[in-house]
Amino acid sequence: MEMAGTELRLGLPGTDSSSSSASKITNKRPSSDMINSNDDEPAPKAQVVGWPPVRSYRKNVLQASYVKVSMDGAAYLRKINLNVYKSYPQLLKALDNMFKCSIGVYSEREGYNGCDYVATYEDKDGDWMLAGDVPWDMFINSCRRLRIMKGSEAKGLACL
Amino acid sequence: MASASLPEQVLKHLFSFLTSDKDRNCVSLVCKLWYEVERRCRRSVFIGNCYAVTPDIMIRRFPQLTSLTLKGKPHFADFNLVPDGWGAYVDPWIAAMSQSYPFCLEEIRLKRMVVTDESLELISTSFHNFKVLILLSCEGFTTDGLAAIAANCRNLRELDLGESEVEDLSSDWLSHFPDGCTSLVSLNISCLGSEINFSDLERLITCSPNLKTLRLSQAVPLEKLPDLLCRAPQLVEFGTGAYSSEVQSDVFSNLEEAFSGCKKLEGLSGFWDVTPAYLPAVYPVCSRLTSLNLSYATIQNPDLNKLISRCHNLQRLWVLDYIEDTGLQALAASCKDLQELRVFPSDPFGPEPNVSLTEQGLVAVSDGCPKLQTVLYFCRQMTNAALVTIARNRPNMICFRLCILEPRSPDYLTLEPLDAGFGAIVEQCKELRRLSLSGLLTDRIFEYIGAHAKKLEMLSVAFVGDSDLGLHHVLSGCESLRKLEIRDCPFGDKALLANAAKLETMRSLWMSSCSVSFGACELLSQKMPRLNIEVIDENGPPDTQSESCPVEKLYIYRTVAGPRFDMPGFVRIMNQDAAH
Repeated sequence: MEMAGTELRLGLPGTDSSSSSASKITNKRPSSDMINSNDDEPAPKAQVVGWPPVRSYRKNVLQASYVKVSMDGAAYLRKINLNVYKSYPQLLKALDNMFKCSIGVYSEREGYNGCDYVATYEDKDGDWMLAGDVPWDMFINSCRRLRIMKGSEAKGLACL
Repeated sequence: MASASLPEQVLKHLFSFLTSDKDRNCVSLVCKLWYEVERRCRRSVFIGNCYAVTPDIMIRRFPQLTSLTLKGKPHFADFNLVPDGWGAYVDPWIAAMSQSYPFCLEEIRLKRMVVTDESLELISTSFHNFKVLILLSCEGFTTDGLAAIAANCRNLRELDLGESEVEDLSSDWLSHFPDGCTSLVSLNISCLGSEINFSDLERLITCSPNLKTLRLSQAVPLEKLPDLLCRAPQLVEFGTGAYSSEVQSDVFSNLEEAFSGCKKLEGLSGFWDVTPAYLPAVYPVCSRLTSLNLSYATIQNPDLNKLISRCHNLQRLWVLDYIEDTGLQALAASCKDLQELRVFPSDPFGPEPNVSLTEQGLVAVSDGCPKLQTVLYFCRQMTNAALVTIARNRPNMICFRLCILEPRSPDYLTLEPLDAGFGAIVEQCKELRRLSLSGLLTDRIFEYIGAHAKKLEMLSVAFVGDSDLGLHHVLSGCESLRKLEIRDCPFGDKALLANAAKLETMRSLWMSSCSVSFGACELLSQKMPRLNIEVIDENGPPDTQSESCPVEKLYIYRTVAGPRFDMPGFVRIMNQDAAH
C-alpha cells in the first residue's frame, strides 16, 4: 500500500479507492458540468465485486443490445450486438472482420499490440473512453457506442 | 442385528426399490453384509463436492455405476468470487471411469466443473452405451468436444449444456450427428453464442422423433421457429431463440399456427430480445403451460400481464422486475397453482429504481398463491411487516431467497433492522431448507435462525451481522446445515474455532471478506485433519501471511481424499506439510 501515493488514479476528488478490499470504484473523470449538476444526481456508485448476486450471462442480456460503431474515414456506420461477445478479443475479432483492418485494445502489457486502429467507446455519462481498461462486464454495462480511431490519434491517451 | 438368513439376491432385490441416495446410504450402514451387497448393486452416485472423495475411492466402493453426478466449484463462483484456475477439473474422473466403467456408465451430470475437449472425446469413445450428458455452469470446452459427442455417442438421449461457457469454434458441430434417426430426447444449446447451421438443426430435429425438450440459442431467429416447431410438434419443453422480427402478418400467423400444433407443450423459455407484437403467437399454448421462463425478456406490462394471466396452470415463473407490483398482483389472481417464483433485476447496477417493484408484489403473491414454496426475489426495499405477512401466509415455504439490492438496507418505513421479519420467516416456515439473507441485520437474526431453522440446509449471508456471536448461533443451532456461504460479514476466529467439529458435519463453508485470521486457519487445520482448509488469496503468495492477517477468502470442506494437489498458486491448503 506504500505505492498508493504515487499511483496515478482517475477518480472523483476526495474518493479513496482503498476503502474496502471488496469494492472497486469505477474510474471516471469528474464531468465538466459537475458544478452545475443538481443535487438529485446520485454519486457514481462503487461497484462491489459479485454484488448483487446476478450471474454474468444474465447481466449481459439486460443491456441495450445494439450499439453503433463508427470508423474514422468510413462513410457509413455499422451496428453490432454487444451481448453476442464474451470478451474483448472476441469483440475485436468481429470488428476486424466488419471493417477489414486490425483493431487493438490498449492493455498494460502489450500497448496497442501493433494495430493500426484503436477501439474507443462512449459511456453512459457521455465520456469517451479507451476500450480495454475495465472488466468486460463493466464495459458492456456502460458502452453506448463505439468509435474506431486511428492509432496515431489515440497514442496521446495511452500515456498514463 | 443383521439378517444373516436373507440371501444376497433377496437383499439386492429389496435394495432395488430404494431410489434415493439417502436411503441407500443408510442401508449401507446397517452391517458389513448390507454394505457389501449395497455397494455392488448401487447404480447411481451423487457427489456434492468433487474434492470430498477421489475417483479411485469411488470406483473401489462402487464397481458398477450407471450414473454419476458431480459438483465442483462453490456456489459463489457464480458471482465471480472464485478466481479462475481454482480447480474442479473433471478430467481425472473421466480418465479413471473410462478404465473401470466402459460398459456400464451411461450418464454424467456435472455442475460448476472445468471440462476439456479431451474429456468430451474420451467420454464419447470410452462408454459404449453413453446416453446422458448434462453440463450445468461448466466451462473449458469448445464445440469441437461437442462434435465428438455428437459423432460417437450413438445412443445419446440427453445433451444439456445448461448455462455453460462454451468456446464456439465452428457452427458445424451439429452436422456430426449421425444420419438417420437419433434417440435424442432432450437438447439444450441455449448457451451457445455463435451462428448455427440451420439445415443441420432442421435435419437433426426431423430425425429425432423422441425429442421432448428443445432449447435453442439466441442465434436462431424468429422466422425459423414455425418450421422447427412443425418438425417437432411433440415437444413438451421449448426454448425460443431471439424472439424478435419486423412485424409481418404472415410470419405471425405461421408462428401462431405452429404453436397451436404443439399439443403437449408445457414449458417455454428463451425469449431474448422480444418484439411484443409476436407474443400473442404463444397464446394457444398458455393454458397448458406449467413452466414459463421470461427472465431474459425485456417486455413490460401490459404485454407481460396479458401473457401471464392466460397461464392458469402455471407452476413456475421466472421473470424480470418489469412485471412490477401490478403484474405480481395479477399473477396472484390468475395462477393459483404457482409453486416457484423468481424475479430478477433488470437494472441491477442502477442507483435509482427503474421499475415499480416493491415488497408489495411479493406479499400479494404470498397471499394469492397457496402452493408458493420457492422464492427468489430481487428488490430495492423491504419492511419487517411485509416479511411477517409473507411468513404467516406461507408457512409451507421451502426456499426463500431475498436480495435487497443495496447492502445493509433497513426496514424503509421504520429504519429498523430486518431481524424481526426474517425471524418470522424462520419461525413460521418450519420446512425451510434454503435461505438467503440481505438488508440490515444484526446478530439477532442469527439467534432466531439457530433457534428455529432446524431443517435449514443451505444459508447464504452477505453484509450482515455484528460479531462472532452471529456465526456461533448458526453453527451451534442449525442441525441440518450442509452449506454455509458468507461474504463481507464481521465473523472471525472465535466462532469458527468453537464450532470446529460442526464443520465435519457439513459439506462446505465459504467465507470471504470476513475477519478470519491466518493463524486461526492453521489452528483449525491441526484440530480437524479431515477438513481441507483452503486459503485463497490473490493479493500475494499465502506464505507471506502473518498469523493475525485476515484471509481474503476461505473455503472449508470435509473430505476423505486428503489435500488436493491440483490447485493454483493463490490457493493454499492448510496442514498440507504439517508433520504428524
